[in-house]
Amino acid sequence: MSSTVSLPLRLEKLLGGGRVQVSESVLQTFGIAGPAPMAVLKPHSPDEVAEIVSFAVAENLAVLACGSRSKLGLGLPPSRYDLALDMTDLRQIAHYDPGDLTVSVDAGMPLLELAKVLGAKNQFLPLAVPFPATSTIGGAIASGIDSVLRQQYGTARDFLIGAEFVDGTGKKCKSGGRVVKNVTGYDLHKLLIGSLGTLGVITRLNFRTFPLPESRGAHRSTFPTLESALNFHSALLKSGLPFSNLELFDAEFATLLAASLGKASGARTSLGAGGWQVVACFEGSVAVIDRIRRELMERSGRMQALSSESIDSQPAQQLEAAFREAFDWLRRAAPSVALLRIVLPRIASGDVPDLLNGSQPPLQRSAFTLRACGVAYLALLADEEDARANAALEREVTRLFSSAAEKKASATLLHAPLWLRERAGVWGAKRADFQMMQRVRQAFDPHNIFAPGRFVGGI
Amino acid sequence: MYEFDGSVEKGRPEVIVFPHTTEDVSRIVKLAAKYQVPVVGRGAGTGLSGGALARGGGVMIVFARMNRILEVDVENRRAVVQPGVVNLDITRAVEHAGLYFAPDPSSQKSCTIGGNVAENSGGPHTLAYGLTTNHVVALELVLPDSEIVRVGSRHGDAPGYDLCGLFVGSEGTLALVTEITVKLSRRAEAIKTLLAIFDAVGDASHTVVEMTARGITPAACEMLDGWTLRAVEDYIHAGFPRDSAAVLLIEVEGLIEAAESQAAAIAEICNSNHAREVRTARDERDRDLLWKGRRNAFGALGRLAPSNYVLDGVIPRSKLPEALEKIHETGKKFGFQIGNIFHAGDGNLHPIVLYDPRDKEQFKRAIAAAEEIIRMCVSLGGALTGEHGVGMEKNELMTLLFSDADFDLMRRIHDAFNPDSSLNPGKIFPLSKGCGEIRVRKSTQSSGARR
Repeated sequence: MSSTVSLPLRLEKLLGGGRVQVSESVLQTFGIAGPAPMAVLKPHSPDEVAEIVSFAVAENLAVLACGSRSKLGLGLPPSRYDLALDMTDLRQIAHYDPGDLTVSVDAGMPLLELAKVLGAKNQFLPLAVPFPATSTIGGAIASGIDSVLRQQYGTARDFLIGAEFVDGTGKKCKSGGRVVKNVTGYDLHKLLIGSLGTLGVITRLNFRTFPLPESRGAHRSTFPTLESALNFHSALLKSGLPFSNLELFDAEFATLLAASLGKASGARTSLGAGGWQVVACFEGSVAVIDRIRRELMERSGRMQALSSESIDSQPAQQLEAAFREAFDWLRRAAPSVALLRIVLPRIASGDVPDLLNGSQPPLQRSAFTLRACGVAYLALLADEEDARANAALEREVTRLFSSAAEKKASATLLHAPLWLRERAGVWGAKRADFQMMQRVRQAFDPHNIFAPGRFVGGI
Repeated sequence: MYEFDGSVEKGRPEVIVFPHTTEDVSRIVKLAAKYQVPVVGRGAGTGLSGGALARGGGVMIVFARMNRILEVDVENRRAVVQPGVVNLDITRAVEHAGLYFAPDPSSQKSCTIGGNVAENSGGPHTLAYGLTTNHVVALELVLPDSEIVRVGSRHGDAPGYDLCGLFVGSEGTLALVTEITVKLSRRAEAIKTLLAIFDAVGDASHTVVEMTARGITPAACEMLDGWTLRAVEDYIHAGFPRDSAAVLLIEVEGLIEAAESQAAAIAEICNSNHAREVRTARDERDRDLLWKGRRNAFGALGRLAPSNYVLDGVIPRSKLPEALEKIHETGKKFGFQIGNIFHAGDGNLHPIVLYDPRDKEQFKRAIAAAEEIIRMCVSLGGALTGEHGVGMEKNELMTLLFSDADFDLMRRIHDAFNPDSSLNPGKIFPLSKGCGEIRVRKSTQSSGARR
């Protein structure tokens, strides 16, 4: 490991000039709540990624691959962090067969750029995740961040059909392929989803693509109580109507949602009117949209909604985008925020009131939304950063973790100040299959160089 | 009987056991480990790649008696089942509530969910709803060291690596599956089943290409070429016109508005590709008959020759016409009439080679023709298998797709759970390729048919 030549020089020798950054200001922008890397490297090819990883193995340096760095705060800061890989120069479309509805794209490709290429063929990737303008496809997959289109299209595991990556021995590996139906070999690419960079450096991802919907629509109704809103939410889930998203939220969430939509949006009308609201988003042909609109009006009337409105395609799209960014605006909604993601049963009517009953002063505000698929976001908002508020935050997070565990639901702290993540943990109680995860980690990364300590159970 | 499955392979176990509980399985595995005997799990033995054959001899664990549906949660659309439950029985248990289990292999009346999980089985409706892996949320497993573990979570989205995604489709080489939590789907409001009849195979395959390119994804899109549909018609009388060159069996479902407009768009594409006729099933009986023709096709072909070899390869859908021509050429070259009855909508080919296994030379030619076709699939950008698995049928062909580095990683994953290769040895990994760590324990009685 020790060498008379400095690390930056050796890295420059490896990659060539100008591709190794060591200035303090750059390093800080790649830092994670504390640790900052010793160098930032910008590989141009999977071969270079493999060389860097081999170098890191030989020198025992810890590596973290980054895209736009919008979600570096997920998980815990790695216990070691020496080299950051800036993957944004790997940004080609390797293969696009619109006739087969498949695409193969480099990890550093920004989502927006990919959307433009697919959109030109009237197709898209149903990965509606936050920060599409800057986020890379590699980051979207490695972070496992939620897509608001999940109810209709499933999660990334349902349309990621293959991947190429560099494993922890510095070898280029692949899994899956470029066809939509394939059971050849172990489905290793599924393991990469949401692995926070702890298994390998993703260099390329293959997806099945989907035709862009003809039209969109949304429906919003307001209810006086949580119970009545939950009844409506459950009734819609049981109705068999195809929703792209279904969101049930409280007044605080509505206020923040309205703010994020901005003044110009047509979808903003009376969002901040209080009560509990249910928004259903849907897509399809004009005839399908009309049918769903009609049924929703009838159903909301029958279930005694205080108010109900149909939302047109354009504002419906804006609303969907605002839900998509909830991860971002919720974590900025107060000076100190703990954002929990809790996965409940599909029909969660019995569980939600329990979860929400705890909020005690001095923690006065929280914002809650429940999506279809049982995914709930609960943001605990502390307007002060004093000891009392902090103690209340910690108490509440701890209560929610144990309440979720009692219900066999899983809870994750998506965002919180570092002290809170360190004290309360990020992933809830240690799972029974943790040892199995360690084995997987060891197989992919035998030298423990990929963001050690960042993932579940400090893996 | 336990020496065979639905493939052309063969492997003889030394002991066959029928556990009733997970603990039984764990005890059997422990005992086998003590005597260093390999273990292989088996459901109904309908697999088509030799996945459930005892290649290394040893103990075969047959899950036939672990066949209980343990729980049905209609509201949350989940069922917890034992591995020996027959695929279709899950649907039967929940259809009163308008639900069903989506993966529908042609053998769904006899194949078991444990085998489906091991092989990540598909079926005609995979096109819209995905393979088994898309419908499994949690598993109970017995590891080769006899430990009982659980992975995944009932509501989905357990924090951590997607272990469930790793184990589904691992072909019984990492663990034995003893309990499965599956997702249930809701029956669509409207189903429309179309039969499009063509006078040229090329027209049928171009219809599929155009449908895909226009972003129309039916629930199922199956093709039968003229030769196979005649065999089927003679046996089932499903109403397939005997003088046509190919038919497409296409199903669309969803809201009635969506199903109707999709069906209309599909009919238009069929017609513009010179379909002779596009029929729509008038009622459930009509529909059942058409599907009966499709599902029993392999049985129908069985009447034509002592044995048939059903291949399983995948190609990009845009390459479908080219692939079918190449299959035809391969048939001519090796002296076989090769039929095609397959999942056209997702590019999953099932060429069928009819042969007489007693004729050694013919058998060798059948294997060679099969290999040529699978190589062709790979050269078109496809894959070795779409739903049957690699097993011991295609493990030597794995090198067409995977590099040494890929095998190294897969091997490390394998060894992380099954370090002594005591579980289902001789599968997935090529034996010829320096993957010598796989220790197939030679038994005097066991041997693959191909070697």
